[in-house]
Amino acid sequence: MFKGDFIQNLPKIYGTYTGGFIVFIILMALAEQAGVSAKNIGVMFVAFTVLIYALIGYLSRTVQVDAYYVAGRQVPTVFNGMATAADWMSGASFVALAGGVYFGGYTYMAFLVGWTGGYVLVATLMAPYLRKFGCYTVPDFIGTRYGGNLVRACSVFVLFIASFTYVTAQINATGTIASRALGIPFEAGVWVGLISILICSMLGGMRAVTWTQVAQYIVLIIAYLIPVFWISSNVGGGIFPHLMLGDEVARLGELEQQFGLVKNSAADMKAAGVPGGLKYISGTHSGVPEGGMAVWKYLSLAICMMVGTASLPHILMRYFTTPTVRAARKSVAWSLFFIFLLYSSAPMLATLSKLALMDPNLPTGIIGKSISEVQSIEWVQRWSEVKQVFIADFNGDGILQLNEWFMRGDVVVLATPEVAGLPFVISGLVFAGGMAAAMSTADGLVLAISNALSHDIYYKIINPKAETAKRLLVARTLLVIIGAAGAYIASFRLTSILGSVAWAFDFAMSGLFFPLVLGVWWKRATREGAIAGILAGIISGTVYLTWVFPKFSVPIWGGVNTPFLGIDHLRFGLIGAPICLVVMVVVSLMTKEPSPATQKLVDDTRIPTGKAILGKQH
Amino acid sequence: MSNKDAYWNKTKNHMIVTLVLWAFFSLVIFMFGSELNTMSFLGYPLAYYMTAQGSLLAFVIILFWTANKQEKIDEEHGFSEREDD
Repeated sequence: MFKGDFIQNLPKIYGTYTGGFIVFIILMALAEQAGVSAKNIGVMFVAFTVLIYALIGYLSRTVQVDAYYVAGRQVPTVFNGMATAADWMSGASFVALAGGVYFGGYTYMAFLVGWTGGYVLVATLMAPYLRKFGCYTVPDFIGTRYGGNLVRACSVFVLFIASFTYVTAQINATGTIASRALGIPFEAGVWVGLISILICSMLGGMRAVTWTQVAQYIVLIIAYLIPVFWISSNVGGGIFPHLMLGDEVARLGELEQQFGLVKNSAADMKAAGVPGGLKYISGTHSGVPEGGMAVWKYLSLAICMMVGTASLPHILMRYFTTPTVRAARKSVAWSLFFIFLLYSSAPMLATLSKLALMDPNLPTGIIGKSISEVQSIEWVQRWSEVKQVFIADFNGDGILQLNEWFMRGDVVVLATPEVAGLPFVISGLVFAGGMAAAMSTADGLVLAISNALSHDIYYKIINPKAETAKRLLVARTLLVIIGAAGAYIASFRLTSILGSVAWAFDFAMSGLFFPLVLGVWWKRATREGAIAGILAGIISGTVYLTWVFPKFSVPIWGGVNTPFLGIDHLRFGLIGAPICLVVMVVVSLMTKEPSPATQKLVDDTRIPTGKAILGKQH
Repeated sequence: MSNKDAYWNKTKNHMIVTLVLWAFFSLVIFMFGSELNTMSFLGYPLAYYMTAQGSLLAFVIILFWTANKQEKIDEEHGFSEREDD
């Protein structure tokens, strides 16, 4: 029995894998000493790790429907936690989170609370019940609970919008990292990224994605934590930054006072030719902005991200793969633990990075030094060439002020190791980590979309008599098509028109949160209520987005509109989700109560023991 | 009241308690961000600490606690799954 052996041997297998990866890092460090160029080390890091993922993907190939859709429901709790953490933490989390904290300070950290607190909702309201239900996809639950093809199709529609918004950004990130690490053009990087993603998911579906995601989690967490701890001890932050940076945070406050937080005018920045996307520090690091609106902005963003987290199908479907209901609950806890390891480190990295640049007592400090001196530093030159950092001497005194130093957010993660004097092998490791983070999320998203289309649209609606081989063929074909469509959009850099990753959360919460929650917690919820709620939520949310987002509102509504109650384009779920709730409740109460069979189905969903609602193979 | 109803009532109450804790750490404390920031913890201003690390850690602890508590409720009512199920 290979399968049983495989599951029992998981700790050994991944233990060996982790050991092997550490040996590889040491070999690369030796290679660097021996004079191998920085570029080649970067190439080897990315190539080696991607090959391992591809190998795992190939070894996990399957011809079983339940293995393809839910990894045979035998993924142990802790491993599913790691896979979910990799699924969750995107290229953006890995590369941009610390940069966001660096520039945004306290206000930006609403994202940290939002992207972790949502798991409490997942664990209490959703995961165990969906696991008991035995569905293959999120729309599978909605379609069976409420009954009928229309409600199923509506939920697939929401899933598609939310996940596709997200996936193009991920393929974009994969392409960016692949192109930087391998030294190839961005467009080629996107297709290299896509092929790597497809190799990991096509042959084995959820099973392959699960085992590659575990491998990717191990790489990405090592790649994130080693630099944080190392930099911390290098710049005098202590060996355990999470507990020891109190003084450094206070010191940043003093330095902000000393240098002064100045806001540049848009005209000045334009005249100086600051490249787009580069930012400067204009707010405090740890200070809390005053006033009711500032509090509301923080809370509203956190709410959107939390509720959105609990509605994202590619996350919920990870909990369909555990052996039991109680394993699903514990698995959510483990997921958040593994996510916490990275998320709690991002603010520490931002603090260290800021201090390294700002503190004149440190050899790495650049603010307050003469501009000609700063421009002669090697890393400044290298990152200036690719327009990732920029200096503008607004007051013409030849001294670098805080508001004269511009930088892209990604640089915090990608360049801080170099700034703090770590060997290049660490930068190569960071590339591999970023690639792992972007690939693992893209995998999960592409699979969520193609599974919903193949299972819910093709098998459940179009051709319920399809045989296993045909179903899996359709599933794999759709996977390639969705991936290629995402890469196509990403390669034309059209992602800027798709806006922010935060939109995916708002779309998902507008159309899916209440239909999922009420499906379990309110027996009286009816099919008509669900259909009306999903449509009202997603349509009102989307219309509001077009109204509030200037790029859309100018052509559609003929002007720029002031956000209603501060609900801007990052928070439009706060319009969609409440409308979804109200419409769903009102329509449900107006229509006939669900049949006794449906009520029994809900009763059974609520109890951990007994048969799943949907059979093992369906 | 049937065993199933009693089980569901307890589960519901447990859900509410969990969500109250969740709301406290995710929303309530950040309503008082500027007041909390005058206090300090481990040398960090308190509101900064909570959003950077404290609340995140609280969520992890809440999740393990809530899963264990729910397992106890399962056992009490005979709805506990066997490990090898």
